[in-house]
Amino acid sequence: MVQIKRRQFLQAGSLATASFFMPKFLKAFEGQGLQMVPPGNKVLVILQLSGGNDGLNTVVPVRNDIYYRERPKLGITKDKALSLTDEAGLHPELKAFADLYHDGNLGIMNSVGYPNPDRSHFRSMDIWHTASQSNEYLNSGWVGRYLDAQCKGCDKPTQALEIDDVLSLALKGDDVKGLAFKDPRRLYNTSHEKYYKDLVKQHQHDHEHERPVDYLYKTMAETVSSADYIFQQSKLRPSGGEYPKTELGNSFKTISSLIFSDINTKVYYVSLGSFDTHINQQNQQQRLFKEMNDAISAFTKDLKKNNRFQDVLLMTFSEFGRRVSQNGSAGTDHGTANNMFFIGGDLPSTPQSLISGWVPMIS
Amino acid sequence: MVSTDAQLREKTALFWHGHFACRDVNIFFQQLLLDEIRNNALGNFGDLLKAVSKSASMLGFLNNQQNKKKHPNENFAREVMELFTLGRGNYTENDIKEAARAFTGWAFDFKGEFVFRKFQHDKGQKTILGKTGNFDGDDVLNILLEQKQTAKYITRKIYRFFVNESKVDEAKITWLADRFYQGGYNISALLKDIFTSEWFYDEKNMAANIKSPVDLLVGIRRLLPMEIEAEQLQLLFQRALGQVLFYPPNVAGWPGGKNWIDSSSLMLRLRIPQLIKDDDTFELNVKDDDDQQMGMKDNYKKKNLNSMAKTGFQVRANVDWQKYAKQFDGVSREHLYDVIEAVVLQTRPGAVSEQSVKTLIDSASRESYIKSATVALMSTPEYQLC
Repeated sequence: MVQIKRRQFLQAGSLATASFFMPKFLKAFEGQGLQMVPPGNKVLVILQLSGGNDGLNTVVPVRNDIYYRERPKLGITKDKALSLTDEAGLHPELKAFADLYHDGNLGIMNSVGYPNPDRSHFRSMDIWHTASQSNEYLNSGWVGRYLDAQCKGCDKPTQALEIDDVLSLALKGDDVKGLAFKDPRRLYNTSHEKYYKDLVKQHQHDHEHERPVDYLYKTMAETVSSADYIFQQSKLRPSGGEYPKTELGNSFKTISSLIFSDINTKVYYVSLGSFDTHINQQNQQQRLFKEMNDAISAFTKDLKKNNRFQDVLLMTFSEFGRRVSQNGSAGTDHGTANNMFFIGGDLPSTPQSLISGWVPMIS
Repeated sequence: MVSTDAQLREKTALFWHGHFACRDVNIFFQQLLLDEIRNNALGNFGDLLKAVSKSASMLGFLNNQQNKKKHPNENFAREVMELFTLGRGNYTENDIKEAARAFTGWAFDFKGEFVFRKFQHDKGQKTILGKTGNFDGDDVLNILLEQKQTAKYITRKIYRFFVNESKVDEAKITWLADRFYQGGYNISALLKDIFTSEWFYDEKNMAANIKSPVDLLVGIRRLLPMEIEAEQLQLLFQRALGQVLFYPPNVAGWPGGKNWIDSSSLMLRLRIPQLIKDDDTFELNVKDDDDQQMGMKDNYKKKNLNSMAKTGFQVRANVDWQKYAKQFDGVSREHLYDVIEAVVLQTRPGAVSEQSVKTLIDSASRESYIKSATVALMSTPEYQLC
């Protein structure tokens, strides 16, 4: 089995590592002036599939005998899968993904994992978020380190936003952290209290010897001003696109409204789950894929209509894949490597070369 | 932690719970480990180290059940050196390999009791940190305790927890560690050295640490006598703020300090006192945890707090404000604010802008004054410090 290491993966195509820790596709944003966002601001959207999505029933190896032998019940037959190549098909629910693929707007990276994989959800997710070795514990995430490197002293620390109530480790740097919220209005309402603004105004900040209390006030001040900024921006050019009335649909509508605004955000982060399909995988994965497919379909249409598709790269990942053999309860158990989707209007290659590392993971 | 009189033991036990970070789905085994931690929290570090190392939870968590003569598993030996005693960079990979051999045979039975499986034990000669012999697990722990570095590593960690996590005074560490080592790892004596030192009360060491979520939540309940209607809410707050007891992120424990704070967690911390005061409704979704929910999130949600969280849940707590206000009996009106501030905050007097706090104070009655001033002072960044 060919296992692509993350570093190799980042080096592939246009995605090359720049410094030790920061991928070049983030570094590319550097020169644009951090506070100013020219039209054509490049944006990365990360969609996390929580719970360990079953990669083999996502991109189906339709000519692999072992796959069908090991999955008498769960295997997706060739005629049901949405055809990509002679070898590969997509899960039937991912129609928009198939269309994007045939238009050259979807790339698939197969067999992505890391050495000495860990099968605990939490730990494996940590490893993905911090980009650490599997025997190493880091306290900062890979997007967070980008913020540390690029956004120190930024007056609007909104370079990385997560559409969620709780901030993921991936977006936490040592000094600078991303911001999480579900809804710009709610964020604004909760942080807009006069009391907080008052306190911030009255606080004597010790710039020379930053104390913990200064750090707290700094975070508070940034939250208040970011909340204002995000809320204003979200009203600037709200997306008029039709989005499904799901949580993910709402999240993507929020993201597109912000992309169409003048906000300086480079990275958006959103999660969908749970893909932990130990039992009755079929229904659960199908339902989640429908939610994902409909939201992504609306999102990409919206971007195209507003002529911004070429500025956006959306990637998906999951903490691990699942094993080839189905288990006794019509589900699958924790595995190792997995596939990733890359969606964007400006992918470098033709569809045929968009699948890389095409070796079905049989382990 | 909220109600006991043995506050120092509980606080120190919380420290050791983070130091000997361990996850185990077996609640009974967890309880056994907690008992050992509580019993030895203020005793001898060597005893504590041995008790924890022989607990079912820790042996299971660090895979020592799989550490056998023919196929050594180094996880246990590595973490004992890296996280429990010496700290990174004070041993070699070879020390770990050899120590792993010495720990072969250490296991536990279904009752959670330690057993030594002698047929899985490697009786051969090992060389660890310059010493050679037919060592077993106990010998390794003794060798580690003989290293002065262990005393230094533990002292530094305790200093950061109790004194100052961001500014460590190396001279003080050396002084404390020497005495800790000479005195045979007496934890109480070390704490006494710290708490009776003048520098412990230096201004730079006051309110120098950011409260962990558990410190914050326990502190609120200790300050305000209250009954919470749905006790499970506490778990939701722990999850939202990033520290669930018995569920550390990994074997390295909670990183602490600034790591507790991001926009979302800080704004939630600032709002909790008001939620309690007003029985407020609050919308909050915590992240799913597939290690616990096993992908059954939706079933789980139906009968769980998350369903409340979905539509906004109410923090219903009955605070006994009268009882709380009693401690201020006899304080004159002009001193009342200063006294409340001193009770609520650990920062120096006047650290929070009184002018701002006053905007939230309700002077209708003495009780409403006390109540509103307390909640206003608790809703500040300063209240996050200890």
